[in-house]
Amino acid sequence: MYRYDLTDKTLVRERVAQFRDQTRRFLAGELTDDEFRHLRLRNGLYIQRHAPMLRVAIPYGLLSSTQLRALGSIARRYDRGYGHFTTRQNIQYNWPKLEQVPDILAELAEVEMHAIQTSGNCIRNTTSDHLAGVTPEELEDPRPWCELIRQWSTFHPEFTYLPRKFKIAVTGAAQDRAASQVHDVGVHIVRGPDGELGFEILAGGGLGRTPIIGQVVREFLPRRHLLSYLEAILRVYNLEGRRDNIHKARIKILVKSLGIEEFRRRVEAEWISTRAEGLRVDDAEIARLRGFFNPPAYRNLPNTEPAAGKSTAFRAWYRYNTTAHKVPGYRAVYISLKKPDVAPGDVTDSQMELLADLADRYSFGEVRVTHTQNLLFADVEQDETFELWQTLEKAGLATPNIGTLTDMICCPGLDFCSLANAGSIDVAKLINERFDDYDYLYDLGELEVKMSGCMNACGHHHVGHIGILGVDKSGEEWYQITIGGAAGADASLGEVIGPSVAKLDVPETIARLLEVYVERRQPDERFLDVVRRLGVKPFKERVYATPAAA
Amino acid sequence: MPRRLLLNGRIVDDDWVYLAEAEGNASAPLILSLAEWQTGRDQWLAQDRRLGVVLSPAHKVELLAPDIARLALIGADFSGPSEGRGYSQARILRERWKFGGELRATGYVRRDQLFFMARCGFNSFELPDTDLKTAQAALATFSWAYQPSNDVGLPFKLLHP
Repeated sequence: MYRYDLTDKTLVRERVAQFRDQTRRFLAGELTDDEFRHLRLRNGLYIQRHAPMLRVAIPYGLLSSTQLRALGSIARRYDRGYGHFTTRQNIQYNWPKLEQVPDILAELAEVEMHAIQTSGNCIRNTTSDHLAGVTPEELEDPRPWCELIRQWSTFHPEFTYLPRKFKIAVTGAAQDRAASQVHDVGVHIVRGPDGELGFEILAGGGLGRTPIIGQVVREFLPRRHLLSYLEAILRVYNLEGRRDNIHKARIKILVKSLGIEEFRRRVEAEWISTRAEGLRVDDAEIARLRGFFNPPAYRNLPNTEPAAGKSTAFRAWYRYNTTAHKVPGYRAVYISLKKPDVAPGDVTDSQMELLADLADRYSFGEVRVTHTQNLLFADVEQDETFELWQTLEKAGLATPNIGTLTDMICCPGLDFCSLANAGSIDVAKLINERFDDYDYLYDLGELEVKMSGCMNACGHHHVGHIGILGVDKSGEEWYQITIGGAAGADASLGEVIGPSVAKLDVPETIARLLEVYVERRQPDERFLDVVRRLGVKPFKERVYATPAAA
Repeated sequence: MPRRLLLNGRIVDDDWVYLAEAEGNASAPLILSLAEWQTGRDQWLAQDRRLGVVLSPAHKVELLAPDIARLALIGADFSGPSEGRGYSQARILRERWKFGGELRATGYVRRDQLFFMARCGFNSFELPDTDLKTAQAALATFSWAYQPSNDVGLPFKLLHP
């Protein structure tokens, strides 16, 4: 993974000093609430329902065991003993004290971490495929490019006060595990007409209250121009994006109002000047960055069948929580953070420390955060998966549900977030209580349930096979259900099935949707496929046929 | 009292006057709004004084392109702590139109934005007094930067060039 040199380190330490001074000025009354808000937001600090919330950047989801250990230690000493992993592959602390945040940042700096640009109207953490570098179906490892973008976007002088936040995702595989089509900019590594690798560039995707799938701005961009092209897109957006209405300020609204043709024309015109020599991606620099992502020292191993002859519990875990690796004898192993009685994405201080130790022992000392709020050990020897499972199982980290109904994406909701209209975590709990039969979950197959407590859509509900959106109805928490959304290479937006339902009726509503699926499916059809084939109608009819009577 | 500002890294008295301040002073360098400039362009050019124009955030820089060589100062106004168009205006002026005169940040300009503004090509800053005192230090907030920009003369180096 990328390691800081003395200069990266200096930069992050200088940022800590700057933020310490800004915090001091605020506490001394030298900065107004509004002035400090603009400064603290650019450093990941929100003032939330109960306390400040601090979001720490995990560039493209990659952590060393040292970093994970430090995150655990911070959770114990500055928070209430846990952290929450997010869909941007970051981690959030829900209970830090404002005056202690500079100290937290100073500790993070010592392990090459920070909270720079994890909130505010600027370029956010670049996300990527959590299977980067290990999936067999990859054209090229996207992480060197992510790191290049991370560096370019860090303290970019021109783009730190954008109309609204700006999110970039980069993928290099056929399957899209980074939801790149619902990002402000999606970067896909593709092969060009002459066989060389370059990028397809999408823009204008996004969720929130106006969900839109991104459109192709450029089908093929030679690699040396990546940064100059991004700079052209950002400049057009910075100058032309709306600033008069926060709900119309994302780039998706600009792309939609101009139309993709006109947007492309403006970007390409701007690109003529941004393409100047200084922003050319230097071959030597990209080679240097690639060096940080060289494959670890894999052993020469045969492929084995570790599940053979083992317990049903292990076999289920192996089937659902591990996935193929491009190197024989290895598996990528998911650490499910979706235990039924725990808020999705939450992990305790001691779990983080345990996972750091396990990563050292089983996976070359690295851990990845997935955008579905789980963790991943990317490089585990097949023959060690059983031993690893035994330890994870004892620590409550082996819930065998990856890719199933209960592997829900879920925002913090009303319990923590000051924007939320309704709870998410308690609905996740209700769903877990209702669907606790693993045979049924496995029979349902691949099913992505995504839940947001408000239309800001942090839980990506629009692109859930089943999406759940919390709405406020005269002070009560209700839930609007969508079906047919998807975030992968075949991205689509879900369709609302009808009037919203009461909180206690959410599990019954889902049960009825699944009944229709089970009755109507053909062999090998997923829930999503059946919705796409039949449309919303039969599902809607079943849900609203009789009262839910929870 | 003349306005104090940060110019080329030094705290100095402002030589320039805005039109509203110019009464009885026919020779001091004069700063106009874009509207004032556009309505009386020939009249202003006939005067024997240096001229400057301040752009609002929504103004296209291209509006000044034909007159770049005639202007000794161009300003970009920041309407509040979230305004960011001036950063792009500055880079376009410096990079595309090769504007070599005084590029001034006006309006909501604070020490916390100074480093970014300077990197985009501003060399002149109208700051409140409290921030003026610390402005020179603010220009040295970071010793390094990851991306090329317009920052000749700032006390930092490009990281991993």
